[in-house]
Amino acid sequence: MSAAGTLPPDERRLAVGAAIQDTRADKIAMACIYTALGLFCLAVLYPIIYVLSASVSNTKRVAAGEVWLWPVGFTLDAYKAIFDYDSIVSSFGNSVYYAVAGAVVATILTLLAAYPLSRKGLPGKGLIMGAFVFTMMFSGGLIPTYLVVHELGLLNTRWAMILPTALAVWNVIITRTYFMVTIPEELVEAGKVDGCSDFGFFWRVVLPLSKPIIAVNLLFYAVGQWNSFFNALIYLTNEHLFPLQVVLRQILIQSKVDPSQMPDTSKLLQLKELQQQLKYSLIVIGMIPPLLVYPFVQKHFVKGAMIGSLKG
Amino acid sequence: MTTSTGTEARSPVRTAAHKRAAVKSRVGLGLRMRRNWQLYAMLALPLIWLAIFAYWPMYGVIIAFKDYNVVSGIWGSPWVGMKYFDRFVESYQFWRLIKNTVYLHIYELVATFPLPIILALCLNTIRKKWFSRSAQLITYAPHFISTVVVVGLLVVLTSPNTGVTNKLIGLFGFGPTDVMGDSGMFRHLYVWSGAWQTMGFAAIIYLAALTSVPPELHEAAIVDGASRLRRIWHIDLPAIVPVAVILLILNIGSILSVGFEKVLLMQNSLNLDVAEVIDTYVYKIGLASAVPQFSYATAIGLFRSVIGLVLLVLANTFARRFAKSSLW
Repeated sequence: MSAAGTLPPDERRLAVGAAIQDTRADKIAMACIYTALGLFCLAVLYPIIYVLSASVSNTKRVAAGEVWLWPVGFTLDAYKAIFDYDSIVSSFGNSVYYAVAGAVVATILTLLAAYPLSRKGLPGKGLIMGAFVFTMMFSGGLIPTYLVVHELGLLNTRWAMILPTALAVWNVIITRTYFMVTIPEELVEAGKVDGCSDFGFFWRVVLPLSKPIIAVNLLFYAVGQWNSFFNALIYLTNEHLFPLQVVLRQILIQSKVDPSQMPDTSKLLQLKELQQQLKYSLIVIGMIPPLLVYPFVQKHFVKGAMIGSLKG
Repeated sequence: MTTSTGTEARSPVRTAAHKRAAVKSRVGLGLRMRRNWQLYAMLALPLIWLAIFAYWPMYGVIIAFKDYNVVSGIWGSPWVGMKYFDRFVESYQFWRLIKNTVYLHIYELVATFPLPIILALCLNTIRKKWFSRSAQLITYAPHFISTVVVVGLLVVLTSPNTGVTNKLIGLFGFGPTDVMGDSGMFRHLYVWSGAWQTMGFAAIIYLAALTSVPPELHEAAIVDGASRLRRIWHIDLPAIVPVAVILLILNIGSILSVGFEKVLLMQNSLNLDVAEVIDTYVYKIGLASAVPQFSYATAIGLFRSVIGLVLLVLANTFARRFAKSSLW
C-alpha cells in the first residue's frame, strides 16, 4: 500500500488503470497460486487414488509394479478376501457400535455442559468453565487414567471404549460459543415471561435451533471413535471387542495374518500373495466410512469450527 | 479532633452500607442459584464425568511420589518422595528421550506451521468459487483418515517390494530400500505424512480469520495500485498473525509431547533409536511391559506435563509482552 503511495503521479495513474485489468505481474502471481493449490490437491489425492486403484487391480500386476494411477486387470478379489476374514467383519461391527454409541453419549454430555455455561449471569459459571479448560492444559496422564478405568471395573468392557474419552472440552467451547451467538438473551427472557422452565426452554427452543451444532458434534465424536485405536490397545484384551483399527494395525503394520481366521484352507496357499492385496483393500475399508460422511456435513463442520475459533 | 469525629460520623454509615450491600448480594446469590437449579442439574452429568475421568486421574498422579502397588491402593502405598524423578533424570534414557522428542517436535513445527497459512492465503485469493470449494474439500479429507490407516498407507507406499516410492527411485537406478526400517528416514516420514494429513484442516482457522478482513481495505489498495502479492502481504497476512501467535503458544506448550499414537505405530526394532519418545516410553514401561512400573511411568508422565505447563505459561507471557496477543 505504502509503495503505491510514494509512486510519481504518472506511474500511479498507470497502476490504477492496470488494477482494473490484471497486470502481468498479477497474472503471474495468480497462475502461481492456482498451480500451488493444484499441487496441494494432487499431493493429497495421489496416495488415496493409488491405493484405491491397487485394491481393485490384479495382485500379480500390482507386485510387478504396473499400477501407477489407474487399476490394471480389474478384480474385486481383495474385497472378497475381507469377507472371508472373520475378525475384520466382527471388528467392523464393533467399530460401528462404538462410533454410534460414543457419538450419542458424548453429544448429550457436551450439550448439557455447553448450554448452562452459555447463559449470562449463572453464578459459578467462570469457576466451572475454568475447571473444564484446565483439563486441556494439564492431565493426570496415561497411567493414572488407566488405573481409574481399572478401578471402575471397566477394563474389557464396551464402556471402556466410550466413557473415558466421552467429553472433548474443545467441543464444549465450540458448542457454548454457538449457543451464545444463536440464542439471544431476549429469547431466554421471553421464554421466562411465558413461564417456560429451563428444561422446557432447552428442549423446545434451544435444541430445535441447534441442529447444525448437534450434527457437528455427532460427526466429530463419531469420526474420533471410528479412528481411535489407543483406547482399545490399553483397555481391551478380549478380541471379540476389538474395533476395526486394532485389527487394521495387526494386518497392515505388524503384518500379522492369522490363518485360523480363514476358514477355507485352500485359500491358505495364496495367503502370502493375498496378504499384500488385503492391505490395499483394508486401507480403503478403514478410510471410506469417515470420508463418505464428511462431505455432507462439511459445511456445518467448517462453520462450527469457525464459530468456535472466533470467540473460543 | 474534628477529623476524628468526621471519620466516626462517616464510618458507621459506610459499614452499614457495606453490610447492606453484602447481605443483599448474598441473598441475591442464593436466590439466583436457586432460580437456576435446573441449569445446575443439567451440568451435573458433565461435571460428574469431569470429576471421574479428568480430576480423579489428577489425584492419582500422587503415585509418582509413592511406591504404588495394586494391593495397598493409591493412598495406602508408601511415600518415596522424588525417588522416581531422580531415577528418570539420572537414567541413560533421559537425554535420548528428551532429544528425540524435542527434535521431532521442532522439525514438525518448522515444517508444518507455514503450510496451512500458505494454503489459506491461496484459497482466500482465488476468485473461482468452484475451484476454491473443491480444493478445500480435497485438502480437508485426510484429516478424517485414522492414524492407523495413514501409517498403513506409509507402509504400503514405501514397501521394499511393491511400494510406489521404490519403483520411482528404481527408475533412477537406485536399489529398493526399506524406508520404514531406516532410522534416518523416520523423522521425515513422520513429519511430512503429518503435513499431508493436517494441512487442510489447520487452514480452516486461518480462513476464518481472513473473513474478518474488510473488503474496503482491498479496494483502497487496488485504487492505490497495490499488486496482488502486496495486498496479500500487507492486508491478509497481518489479519492472521494473532491467530498464528496463539497457535504457536499452544504448540510450544506441547513441546514434550508428539503425536504419540502415530509414533508408536511407526516404531519398529530398526528405528527405535530415534523413534523412542517420552510418551511411548511411558506406555512401554507402564502398561506394555510384563512387570508394569506404574509409579515410575507416572513420574515420567508428570515430569512431561509439568514442563509443558511451565512452557505454556512462559510462551504466553512472552507473546503478551511482545506480540500483543495471548491465550489469556
